[in-house]
Amino acid sequence: MGRIEATLAHLGSLDELARRDSSATRLDPRVKLVATLAFVAVVASFGRLELARLAPLALYPLALAALGDVPWRPLLLRLALAAPFALGVAAFEPFLDRAPAVTLGTLAISGGLVAFATILAKFALTLGAGLLLVATTGFDEVCVALRRLALPRAVVAQLMLTYRYLFVLAEEAARLVRARALRAPEGRRLSLSGAGTLLGQLLLRALARAERIHVAMRCRGFDGRLPVRRAWRLGPGDAAFAAATLLLLLAARAADLPALVGGAITGALR
Amino acid sequence: MHMSDALVSPAVGGVMWAATSGLTALAARRLERADDDRRVPLMGVLGAFVFAAQMVNFAIPGTGSSGHLGGGLLLAILLGPGAAFLAMASVLAVQALFFADGGLLALGCNVFNLGFFTCFVAYPLLYRPLAGARPGPGRLVLASTVAAAAGLLLGALGVVLETSLSGISTLSPGTFAALMLPVHLVIGLVEGLVTAAVVLAVRRARPEVLAPASAPARNLRPLVLGLAAAAALLGTAGAWFASTRPDGLEWSVARASGGQPAAAPESRLHALLARVQRATALLPDYGFPGRAAAPAPAWPAPSAGASLSGLVGGLVVLSCSTAAGLGLRALRRRRASR
Amino acid sequence: MSHHLVAVQDLRFVYPDGTAALEAVSFAIHHGEAVGLVGANGAGKSTLLLHLAGVLLPTAGTVRVGDWPVTRETLPHVRRSLGLVFQDPDDQLFMPTVEDDVAFGPTNLDLPPAEVEARVVAALDRVGALHLRRRPPHRLSGGEKRAVAIAAVLAMSPDILVMDEPSSNLDPAARRALISHLRTFEHTKIVASHDLDLVLDVCARTIVLAGGRVAADGPTAEVLADDALLARCHLERPLRLQGCPRCGAR
Repeated sequence: MGRIEATLAHLGSLDELARRDSSATRLDPRVKLVATLAFVAVVASFGRLELARLAPLALYPLALAALGDVPWRPLLLRLALAAPFALGVAAFEPFLDRAPAVTLGTLAISGGLVAFATILAKFALTLGAGLLLVATTGFDEVCVALRRLALPRAVVAQLMLTYRYLFVLAEEAARLVRARALRAPEGRRLSLSGAGTLLGQLLLRALARAERIHVAMRCRGFDGRLPVRRAWRLGPGDAAFAAATLLLLLAARAADLPALVGGAITGALR
Repeated sequence: MHMSDALVSPAVGGVMWAATSGLTALAARRLERADDDRRVPLMGVLGAFVFAAQMVNFAIPGTGSSGHLGGGLLLAILLGPGAAFLAMASVLAVQALFFADGGLLALGCNVFNLGFFTCFVAYPLLYRPLAGARPGPGRLVLASTVAAAAGLLLGALGVVLETSLSGISTLSPGTFAALMLPVHLVIGLVEGLVTAAVVLAVRRARPEVLAPASAPARNLRPLVLGLAAAAALLGTAGAWFASTRPDGLEWSVARASGGQPAAAPESRLHALLARVQRATALLPDYGFPGRAAAPAPAWPAPSAGASLSGLVGGLVVLSCSTAAGLGLRALRRRRASR
Repeated sequence: MSHHLVAVQDLRFVYPDGTAALEAVSFAIHHGEAVGLVGANGAGKSTLLLHLAGVLLPTAGTVRVGDWPVTRETLPHVRRSLGLVFQDPDDQLFMPTVEDDVAFGPTNLDLPPAEVEARVVAALDRVGALHLRRRPPHRLSGGEKRAVAIAAVLAMSPDILVMDEPSSNLDPAARRALISHLRTFEHTKIVASHDLDLVLDVCARTIVLAGGRVAADGPTAEVLADDALLARCHLERPLRLQGCPRCGAR
């Protein structure tokens, strides 16, 4: 499957997940959005060696995935495929920090390894939370939630239209790429100038389409705004979810739960 | 070049979010006031175009790898700086949410690095003056490559600065910059070439499409405001960072060397990186692990007992969380199948 | 007294680059008529439709829609009476979900939310797409998109429904569904199409355009059986009026 087709398929599958009916999809989008952002901020607040303290935070994405009946494998696959840039930077840690941070009997684990693991864990947690947000909330609902949370109208309109038309343009791009590939010598990749021509074609089509869309908008009374209305009302489920998330984040941040648990266990074992 | 939440501290992420939000609000307000409703579908479709264009890979001459269009400079040429900034922001937001390409906390950083420097700095300060009113192909290529390269280099510097200030990664800013900048210079040049090719193709077919020459003086205000705001905020954050963590990077240096004197094992990688850093000497103030005489670390050294129980506790809690998650899922399935 | 709902008088249109698109076009359409507009590619069908909706303004001549002459000032009124369904539904479905798209028009008419909701439900029901209301447009099939685009226009309760190539890219089943829906609409209909069989099924009257001029204007059954005329205008008979494939009898 070509890269463009694979991308569209991924977008489509996340979209599909969000359209199903589950406890997670029934939660108020504003609550989910705020919870996700708070979660990400708390995860990011832990230091580079505080690997263990990240553990209780795993409950949030796991619970949300369960409530939304979200399959794990495609999410994990997407995480694995995600920009390895951060992991590239993280990969330096074991080489730069060789001082032992943890000793298990005679085995010493360097700070660098712990830091590497911490970064990986943070990566998985934060990106997982983001993916789960869109897997349990349609993008249109995320946009409306952002608007209700005071994002400027022009920005929300921009998000909605970009999302709406990326499918259309990606398909046009795929057609152009395929058409060119069928005429190109075996396996020759697109050259710089070839890319310029192809993208130029795509851009011209996009510009023409933008004009047609504008005409269609005007014919139905467009006055500069794209109004979306949703009848959302906060319910007890939303309150429960918000309270639980807040509790988890505060507890994880305030107390070193793993140390307490671990201390109790190792103390009992002695 | 997308930054992940894993490497960003809440302080740095928050500051960049504030800077980006300010710029976004400013750009949005100017657009809404300009009262041109053609821009709404145009900006939306062009955002979608950049998204689609980034999926079209081409071969970078000379290297074996492939690249794709970034789009910031092209958008600025087509839409002007403010609208282009918003369009880039929307593309990056979709990428962050759906593709885990860049974190949510780091979205402010990413929009700033990839949007501000191209739309508000490279385009008005480099592209416009170099290209002039009706550039021939040669001039267009020159303006485009210079502006794109500059925009990307500044963005790369932004990444280095934000990562370093966050203090999660031990990589020293000098080394990091030495690694990032040459790569992004090449990427920037390629971006400039492709952008020029696209602009030429469009201009041949539809010359009226390219951004009209609006008074440059007006274009500079968001730039100045943006830079001032970012500088003030970063300065404040830097000062806060320095005050709460007096050792700052020295702390991470000390951590890295474990409080031991320079007798820490110097691997070949260390030596190589040290040589690179010495050669580039971009930020000579920042020490390199093992080189400077490490001061006594301000943080207590971990004791073996405490960290073991920490590890055990962490594993236990993680297992409980996973079990809870699995249990919840199984419970829902059973309820659904009734 | 019969009320001309759409009256075009001596319409002439020249593009900014000098190409003449329409020349001396005149016709009048009455309330409740269903009129087909046929012609070769480049004959000016789409250009004419854009004039009816006020998207293009004439170089010379007049266009009247209902009580209103079509000018820049009267556009809001014209667009309340006349709804245009475009050739590519993707151009027309720009909101995040189907119900948002169908609600777009009524909301811009400043109707109260309850009324908007009622119109959305009625319009979607009319085209058999009510079950699609919460879908995003990119998850619709070609036929579904077409139906929703029509619903989006119907929701504004226009008197006149104008459609540009409504059956293009539709599979046979979707096309048949479209034709049956169109036959039930009581609106005044103007349908520009290459699908001559659809025109034969839906429109009692047909106008033929050739080279920007009106070549014929009369009952569909006659116009689409006039071989000489059709040949001159780069057209041919609808398949249904062509000879039996086996024995050649007409």
